[in-house]
Amino acid sequence: MTTTQDIHSPQFLSGDEFSIPTFRLLKQDGSLYDGAEAPELSREQALKIYHTMVATRVLDERMMAAQRQGRLSFYMQCTGEEAAVIGATAALDDADMIMAQYREQGALVYRGFSYDEFMNQLFGNELDYGKGRQMPIHYGSRKLHYMTISSPLATQIPQAAGYAYGQKLAGEGHCTLCFFGEGAASEGDFHAALNMAAVHEVPVIFFCRNNGYAISTPSIEQFAADGVAPRAFGYRMHVIRVDGNDILAVLSATREARRIAVEHNKPVLIEAMSYRLAAHSSSDDPSGYRSKKEEEAWREKDPILRMQHWLTEQGWWNDDEEKALQESLRREVLETMKRAEKRPPPPLDSLVSDVYADVTPALQRQLDRLKTHIRQYPESYPKGARSLDPDVKVREDASQGGE
Amino acid sequence: MPTMNMLQAINNALDIAMAEDDKVLCFGEDVGIFGGVFRATSHLQEKYGRTRCFNTPLVEQGILGFANGLAAQGSVPVAEIQFADYIFPAFDQIVNETAKFRYRSGDLFNVGGLTIRAPYGGGISGGLYHSQSPEAYFAHTPGLKIAVPRNPYQAKGLLLAAIRDPDPVLFFEPKRLYRASTGEVPEEDYQLPIGEAEVTREGTDVTVLGWGAQMEVIDRAVELAEKEGISCEVIDLRSILPWDEESVVESVLKTGRLVITHEAPLTGGFAGEIAATVQERCFLYLESPIARVTGLDTPFPLTLEKEYLPDHLKVFEAIRASVAF
Repeated sequence: MTTTQDIHSPQFLSGDEFSIPTFRLLKQDGSLYDGAEAPELSREQALKIYHTMVATRVLDERMMAAQRQGRLSFYMQCTGEEAAVIGATAALDDADMIMAQYREQGALVYRGFSYDEFMNQLFGNELDYGKGRQMPIHYGSRKLHYMTISSPLATQIPQAAGYAYGQKLAGEGHCTLCFFGEGAASEGDFHAALNMAAVHEVPVIFFCRNNGYAISTPSIEQFAADGVAPRAFGYRMHVIRVDGNDILAVLSATREARRIAVEHNKPVLIEAMSYRLAAHSSSDDPSGYRSKKEEEAWREKDPILRMQHWLTEQGWWNDDEEKALQESLRREVLETMKRAEKRPPPPLDSLVSDVYADVTPALQRQLDRLKTHIRQYPESYPKGARSLDPDVKVREDASQGGE
Repeated sequence: MPTMNMLQAINNALDIAMAEDDKVLCFGEDVGIFGGVFRATSHLQEKYGRTRCFNTPLVEQGILGFANGLAAQGSVPVAEIQFADYIFPAFDQIVNETAKFRYRSGDLFNVGGLTIRAPYGGGISGGLYHSQSPEAYFAHTPGLKIAVPRNPYQAKGLLLAAIRDPDPVLFFEPKRLYRASTGEVPEEDYQLPIGEAEVTREGTDVTVLGWGAQMEVIDRAVELAEKEGISCEVIDLRSILPWDEESVVESVLKTGRLVITHEAPLTGGFAGEIAATVQERCFLYLESPIARVTGLDTPFPLTLEKEYLPDHLKVFEAIRASVAF
């Protein structure tokens, strides 16, 4: 519906009439801004959030190093955006659905996804829930209400609107939180999703991680407007911009967003301003498109250090505990990685399962033909051959050919 | 048994599915109080309320994205795309999301509850953008099922099966049959199998295969052929994906000849896939080349629609040529 008043000369609006403030509570030194009030947060939950942030950072550092050593084909880091991702997750009910883009592993860590579970996916072994079908970092967990990641950008945004509509009808008081980047917000699916969510009044939180870059493209070349937040006006949706490196502000904003979503069945857009401190992925080199100086400036706003300072001020954390935590996490990453690397790949039959609920006769015939062929050339297909006939001896040096 | 046209049969199937299961939702452009531009969803909003039968904004990628999310959540969405010609903005959601949801998650999540309905096909003076038959694009996508009914009885039984199928189904409704095709349709609930063809007429000289609105065309062609003493076996494929290789192969092994017809263009059309499989499995039994009677490799025309369409005379000629080869 349009409500408007008449004018009688052509006066245009440019959008500059709206100025969107940034919600901040915590300064980098761990103190609060004047007039700011920390959200209610128990020592226990604060430490859980902090542990999650550190565990995510350690996982990312070690796995990127493993990728550089050639142990892993691909990796993506959450580095720099831990407060945005984990703060948002901590504001939810654990049974709320999370539909993420690909850089939000911190949400899974918070909900209890173990390093073993991460590693099984990263190495695509027989214990990977995704059965070795997707590239590393495409995690999913039904028990943790975390939708399996899909590479195409923004497709999860209208799906989140639909999922949340189903939650509304189910009437159990749950919502969906959907993560995406400021680059993905240029996709048509973003606009479709926000409009449908507003029209159909669904309990969904659209959480935009504005980290400044879509691979190499800076946000200034992504949109002419003041970020992503102003788009909410066009859909008549609640919106807030928050300092994405401020764990308390993210937590507080997302809690309030959840209240609006669940109590009033209204979608909310959150734009978290942050910075992707690492490369886009293991295949990217940011030195080609941004300066060290710019990166350093953001390193000084590190969200983990900011929270650590706050915890220290509360008397909830000290250097010894920090050291012990870092060491134990590093050890755990290395141990779990070694375990996962050694596990065999998923069996050959998993090539054709789950295309449909049941394997079709035509697909079964294709698999049978493939098995005959693999038995003819087992050394060229070591993974498949081992799974077909565990006793078959395949030379180790043959394994490269089948990668 | 009541007589229904195809729209009434579809509406009846949706009504039964919605009455049976609260999780079944019908939505799309204009499907709410208006009942859809063809009235396939008439009275469903009155009966089941605005939360279960509703209009969506005009955005196909949004409709399918929303539907995928609903299905993943455990709802049973029946999403309507107003014309199959307008399904392409949703292509990514269908091909990269719907089709791969179960596989990519290792069966943690699936959108098996989803049914996508779309009026399809030509013969209504609809020109380029209200006439297309896009089944072949989707047939190239493992994870989807595709069904096309030939009459009201088939439409009701196949649609109910599609809604309850554990996999996502694209249900293409030949819109020129919506009101033109009438027949007896049981009032009660019944399902017809997805993935199974039906031999609608037995014969010995040549197998004639099609689906959807082409089945009427085939019947007229076969009538002409039978007058010339040619015994035709007619098969309605019904499901494009997965398609019933066994029934088709069994028939061709018997007749030694195959004529396939569809409205969509020749190149890359689904007839090519069928022909390739049949020559592989029936090579030594074939008495003549497999014939394809299809639309031309052009966009769908308007004024010259009759010339473009693979009508009964073109099918009849293909049958004669096949038998006389």
